[in-house]
Amino acid sequence: MDAAAAKLIGAGIACIGMGGAGIGVGVIFGQYLAAALRNPSAAQGQFGNLIFGFAVTEALGIFSLLIALLLLFAL
Amino acid sequence: MGDPIHQFNIVKYFTLGHIGPYELAFTNSALFMAIAVLGIGLLLIGATHNRALVPGRMQSFAEMSYEFVADTIKNTAGTEGMKFFPFVFTIFMFVLFLNLIGLVPYTFSVTSQIVITASLAFMVFFIVVIYGFWKNGLKFLKLFVPSGIPIYILPLVTFIEVLSFLSRPISHSVRLFANMLAGHITLQVFGGFVVMLGTMGIIGWAGAILPLAMTIALVSLELLVAVLQAYVFAILTCIYLNDAIHPGH
Repeated sequence: MDAAAAKLIGAGIACIGMGGAGIGVGVIFGQYLAAALRNPSAAQGQFGNLIFGFAVTEALGIFSLLIALLLLFAL
Repeated sequence: MGDPIHQFNIVKYFTLGHIGPYELAFTNSALFMAIAVLGIGLLLIGATHNRALVPGRMQSFAEMSYEFVADTIKNTAGTEGMKFFPFVFTIFMFVLFLNLIGLVPYTFSVTSQIVITASLAFMVFFIVVIYGFWKNGLKFLKLFVPSGIPIYILPLVTFIEVLSFLSRPISHSVRLFANMLAGHITLQVFGGFVVMLGTMGIIGWAGAILPLAMTIALVSLELLVAVLQAYVFAILTCIYLNDAIHPGH
């Protein structure tokens, strides 16, 4: 297999990692919504924690996307 | 269809001078940063120029952005964190305006350059380290030794804490950079579909409606992402500053 084809396949495989981050972000927002419906008065105070958890989780998916972009355009 | 990476090319406008072997040039990146700074400055000065007890539209915008950032700092870093309000407010407004300006067609989105976001992230990182040691002395190192951990697992936990602390500037910068980069590439690719189908005549025009609708939906999503990522960048700055102000878990 030549290197160009391997790069494209590698970029595709790297993008699978984003699925995990997608599950994680879904869990975070789902749990937040479930908790917010149980106790709406406490929901506003946890918004910062929600965004923090979202950002940290999303970063991992972004890393795999970055690997894919590096494979496609930089290396 | 154009190369989706082409929009991130740095174009040099004119040279300002040389520092050693390095050239100091005024680029499109510098131009849009200057536009953002001028825009923020004029907007906030103009909004607070004629202050009224009942705020008008512009004054409300200035007051709301102030209160929004102030509440974020108070909730994450406590009232002691308000010392850093000018810093966090500057970072928030700068990133927000760069993100939003980048969404206008034919402009350059500065935050999709890793060097810009990395500079901001390392600035935050060094402020946290320097302020942490200056305020707390060696007690700042308690940050890496969580209390209530069994002694035999403590070295491992400390190692992980140090590692995660050192990787903060990387994740802090790459998050903003990759979000903007990926968003703009996606927009370019879907916009390219519209052009490709548009060249195919009547049938192509009918087919081009789908990617066109997708592009419009993506622009609104990118608008959300632009504001959200500016907020995320600011709130992470607050959380990192909180570690410097209150070390030890």
